[in-house]
Amino acid sequence: MTGMVRFVLSEMKPRGKMWTPFNIISVPIMLLGVGILYVRFTEGLGAVTNLSQEFPWGFWIGFDVVTGVAFAGGAYIITFVVYVMRVDKYHAIVRATVLNGLLAYVFYAGALVLDLGRPWNIINPIIGNSFGYNSVLFLVAWHFLLYMLAEAVEFSPVFAEWLGMWRFRRIMNGLTLGAVIFGITLSTLHQSGLGALFLLAKAKIHPLWYSEFIPILFFASSIFAGLSMIIIEGTISDRVFNDREEQGAHDEIVFGLAKGAAISMFVYYFFKTLIFVHEHHWALITDGWGAWYLFEVLGLVLVPCAMFAHGVRHRRLGIIRIAAVLALLGIVANRLNISVIAFNWRAAVHYYPSWQEIVVTMMVISAEIWVFRWVVTRMPVFDTPGQRSAAT
Amino acid sequence: MDRKTFLQTTGAALLSIAGGKAEASPRESTTEFCGVLTDTTRCIGCRACERACAVAHGHAVPDIETDEALETERTPTDKQWTVVNRYDTDAGAVYVKKQCLHCWQPACAAACLTNAMEKTRKGPVVWNSDKCMGCRFCMVSCPFDIPKFEYDEWNPSIQKCNMCWERLERGEQPACVAACPTDALMFGRKRELMEVARVRIYNHPDRYVHHIYGEHEVGGTGWLYLAAVPFEQIGFRTDLGTTPYPEYTRDFLYTVPVALFGLPALLYGLNQLTERSSEPGDEATS
Repeated sequence: MTGMVRFVLSEMKPRGKMWTPFNIISVPIMLLGVGILYVRFTEGLGAVTNLSQEFPWGFWIGFDVVTGVAFAGGAYIITFVVYVMRVDKYHAIVRATVLNGLLAYVFYAGALVLDLGRPWNIINPIIGNSFGYNSVLFLVAWHFLLYMLAEAVEFSPVFAEWLGMWRFRRIMNGLTLGAVIFGITLSTLHQSGLGALFLLAKAKIHPLWYSEFIPILFFASSIFAGLSMIIIEGTISDRVFNDREEQGAHDEIVFGLAKGAAISMFVYYFFKTLIFVHEHHWALITDGWGAWYLFEVLGLVLVPCAMFAHGVRHRRLGIIRIAAVLALLGIVANRLNISVIAFNWRAAVHYYPSWQEIVVTMMVISAEIWVFRWVVTRMPVFDTPGQRSAAT
Repeated sequence: MDRKTFLQTTGAALLSIAGGKAEASPRESTTEFCGVLTDTTRCIGCRACERACAVAHGHAVPDIETDEALETERTPTDKQWTVVNRYDTDAGAVYVKKQCLHCWQPACAAACLTNAMEKTRKGPVVWNSDKCMGCRFCMVSCPFDIPKFEYDEWNPSIQKCNMCWERLERGEQPACVAACPTDALMFGRKRELMEVARVRIYNHPDRYVHHIYGEHEVGGTGWLYLAAVPFEQIGFRTDLGTTPYPEYTRDFLYTVPVALFGLPALLYGLNQLTERSSEPGDEATS
């Protein structure tokens, strides 16, 4: 036991170069963020944010939580493909994807706490003294929590390998399929549930973005959001953490992901068009809001969808990566439109984030990357699963 | 068995199956939601209600000696639960008191994940500080933009009209109603208020538009309005529809338990279908 403690302590020590560009940028941001949060928790949200009575939800909810959770959708898709459908091709990226999903939920859904006016009451909907069953947010909150647990179980074999706890690893391995199935179910419900929150804002969201089908749209778009995120993360991980896999196999994975993204994006686009035509929105696209809507749906959905398809067909990784970036921008645009930009669109004074809100968001992202980096440089995340256990 | 006895026995059987529901219904029918009828044709814009509200709830008392505040259209704030606005219309100046409408099926209460926002049995929609976690989903969902948040407090509250819930408990009227010198405000059960409102329209068909705002809006509200001019001219939204707000998320919430049990079954089935050979649990162990 003391051996393990000494091992963990030795692992805590920083490794690698200190003065990397990322460190130089992220450390001041995080320090500044801590200062801003101090002001936020002593003087109130108004001291650091541009939130107002007309705009109760701003960048922290619209970007960190609503967009961040869509980006984290990759974990439930890949675990579905690998564990439920048993497609071995994607086994190599399961661990990194699950780790990303877990950390994304901890940090981005966790950022919700920064936005809560009375965060110490966050236990109320959990411990049972006040269950608001009829609230979609109650559902989303519980699903966030349970999904984090499911992802922790999915990731725990890696953790066990790191510490050499082979019995624990065997037990947790036995729970993997259950956790995966539970996790996919929860993801389906809370990805759509995040959209369902905005069903209650019917009077406020611009009709081009409001639809009774928001939950389905949120779920459908979380599929290609997650896939695009894996493509981008894979690209970055390759460069930063050195590729430990065979390049050819990795390319095949990217082509497969891009194919999935192209198909799911087309379904999403088709659905968007159907809603548009069905609701007779033609008259709404003549003004600035209409142009912005068309830019989102054509420029940031249809175009990247076509690029994904083209990239897969002609085996062009470059085009696929650009398509992934555009697709993610489309998700940012869509989620921010519904939660912030086209929200209360009639308001005379519109909300825009303060610099402090942006710094805190960057702090959250930086912190997540720090933890991700710490984990992947120590735990067997990028190893082809099975390698280590075969060695022991 | 003739038709009557058949119906009686079936009815009794059904009631006993319904159990708790049948027990609860007579008690519910005895409590009727209360509300306030605002007759804007009687309001003279004296703002005595604003002052009474501030006094009753310990807010900063507004200066009502001058009419400066009426120059701009205001909304209730976190420090003032009710405001009176002046609208210059074809029918001259119209004064409209604005505050929480105490919906029959409030969006804010449906939104609240801790039940901090609560529709009480008497009718007021009230906020409970012990439960609220400050997520502001009530503000997002309220079609009338009524709940306000204290952005300048480390321990912020949601602020909105509570129909003087504490005064109602003592058998008194809401402070604004008690303070109104022209009887523009009338407190009572909604059923009675609707009768009064209809009688006024019936007796003076040319003085009122033939619409009672709040009768059907968002499923009906506790606070009702009569006016001489169309409501969209005096700051009301008339595009909110008559569907109670909780209905908008009901379908989604109903599908949740189905998905919660159906999806795992489907996923496990898929998993078993795709098993190629008989190596039990091998796939998951890597």
